[in-house]
Amino acid sequence: MANRAVTLDDYRAVAPRGAVDVLLRIGERLRGRRVAHVSASRYSGGFVEVLNRLVPTQNELGIDTGWEIVVGDAQFDAVAQAVATALGGTEQVVTDAMLEHLLATCVENAARLPLEADLVVVHESAPLLLVDGRPASGSWVWRCHGDVSAPQHQVWSFLRRFLARYNGTVVSLARFAPSLSTPRYLIHPSIDPLSDRNRDLPRVEQAERLARLRVPRDKPFLLQVGPFTRTQDPLGVVNAYRLVKRHHDVRLVLAGPALEPNSAVFDEVVAAADGDADVIPVALPPDTQGDINALERAASIIVQKPLRADFGLDVASAMWKGKPVVGSTAGGIPAQIVSGVTGYTVETVQGAAFRLRHLLSNPELIGRMGAAGREHVRRHFLVTRHIGAYLALLAQLTK
Amino acid sequence: MTDAPPFIFLGCLEVLEILDLTARDERELGEHLRGVPDECVFSHLSGALLHRAVLPEAYPNDFALWAAAELRDLRLAERLALVDLFDAGSVEAARNELVVTIEDHVRHQSAPPAAGRGQPFTFMQAHVVPVPTGHRARTLREFRDALAEVDVSALFFHLVEARYRLGRGQGDFAEWIASSLGQPALAEALSRIDPDVGSLERLRDRHLTLLDTALGAS
Repeated sequence: MANRAVTLDDYRAVAPRGAVDVLLRIGERLRGRRVAHVSASRYSGGFVEVLNRLVPTQNELGIDTGWEIVVGDAQFDAVAQAVATALGGTEQVVTDAMLEHLLATCVENAARLPLEADLVVVHESAPLLLVDGRPASGSWVWRCHGDVSAPQHQVWSFLRRFLARYNGTVVSLARFAPSLSTPRYLIHPSIDPLSDRNRDLPRVEQAERLARLRVPRDKPFLLQVGPFTRTQDPLGVVNAYRLVKRHHDVRLVLAGPALEPNSAVFDEVVAAADGDADVIPVALPPDTQGDINALERAASIIVQKPLRADFGLDVASAMWKGKPVVGSTAGGIPAQIVSGVTGYTVETVQGAAFRLRHLLSNPELIGRMGAAGREHVRRHFLVTRHIGAYLALLAQLTK
Repeated sequence: MTDAPPFIFLGCLEVLEILDLTARDERELGEHLRGVPDECVFSHLSGALLHRAVLPEAYPNDFALWAAAELRDLRLAERLALVDLFDAGSVEAARNELVVTIEDHVRHQSAPPAAGRGQPFTFMQAHVVPVPTGHRARTLREFRDALAEVDVSALFFHLVEARYRLGRGQGDFAEWIASSLGQPALAEALSRIDPDVGSLERLRDRHLTLLDTALGAS
């Protein structure tokens, strides 16, 4: 699959039956329309994987779909980052001059980019102000992927008048939505089952990857995937593991990208392990998706216990591998885990330990919940459903 | 082959719109329910079949699910679970039943509801976009085989959407089998299937069972 372009037909093997046919048929209805996605990057951001699939698929369906990138100087990047953080609710110093620079850069980009389309989807906050230069025709929606329910007031006051010029806003979770005068739509994000992170992995490749990461397979292991930050609560997971370890001979693997600014937390995890060889922190190299895939497939149970999160699609990725997930109630995690059916949501370290012990003591539950989780993802969190949602939005806004 | 018009299977996609209205407790839920659009009531009752997780043992509508999961009010959840669009006959009748049920529950509460219990209920409404599935049938055999293959949204569209939003009597399947295939007994049996079986896949299975029996008998 990696050597040729993936087509919609390839998804017939993994999507719910009939789902691809529905996409083909609505594609026929929308053929000839033009859609433009706009973002600040083609490489970073949780939505990039989906756009990498959505854009070629919509073109395959005959919908003329482009993906445009706003460009700016280093100051633009810094202001955009501060604004994004402020929208997420963490107070930032954002001056009027900074906001004016953001606006001026977006206006320049609006004049340069081909934004004449039936539907323009603006992703995240960096290009949000492009709407100031929008053409009169076409529908514009702001696609907000994170939680903006409690933004920094001063920044929100500035952005709000621009949001009123959109035809709507799309959020990933109802409670992430800000109060707006324009329509707000709900589209859950999704995983691509054919991507490196989620594709079927031959056993040999899986074994090779685990060997390279130095994760032995002689006993079951629990896995949390996520950067080594305090937000991910890796020390809480280590504490939960210790409570489990009293009764079950398991390992704990904590795997995340090796980011320099977070190395302090990585060191804290190593210290917390206190010489316990069964606690394995793995600093993943760049381009890690295949490695995470191998780890998830080899793990017995996945733990996803961040203290704060956006939608947290790591949960859906883990469930797609047929693994039960014990997750916190942060962000979109409760929207993915059907507690008691595909895993458990927990509030505390003790809750996580209790559920992990329960699963390890009842191994038949691990298989049953894992299978239920994979089916749950198949119906609700695959990119085919996500593409359908965008096409429905296109049909709705351009009817 | 017969001369009857073919049955054309339509599926659907939905656009979920979040309304600027939330309820933090039972009382607010009842108050807001009086004024929300019909589409909103529909979306949270039988419409939930299209977008909620498959939970055969869970309460069958969003209101009951919320009362149980967020308010931890099982008494209200059980009562709301029984409010059924299929029994009520219309969205308006179902809305009234919901409001009356909640008001009665609130009136008989021994203590006022505690504030800050769980996540608030967010009212939404679905805009349904019909989509051809590419499947059509002229005979009962073709109908059965197509039904086994179509996207589950086709069951929602022909059994729920057609019946309760578009006002098409017993639902499209029963209507076509009676009028075009001349099998009123089978049509009657299909129309009596309880749609609240937990999921659209289960609803498909119930239909296939009856169709297989009918095909075996003939």
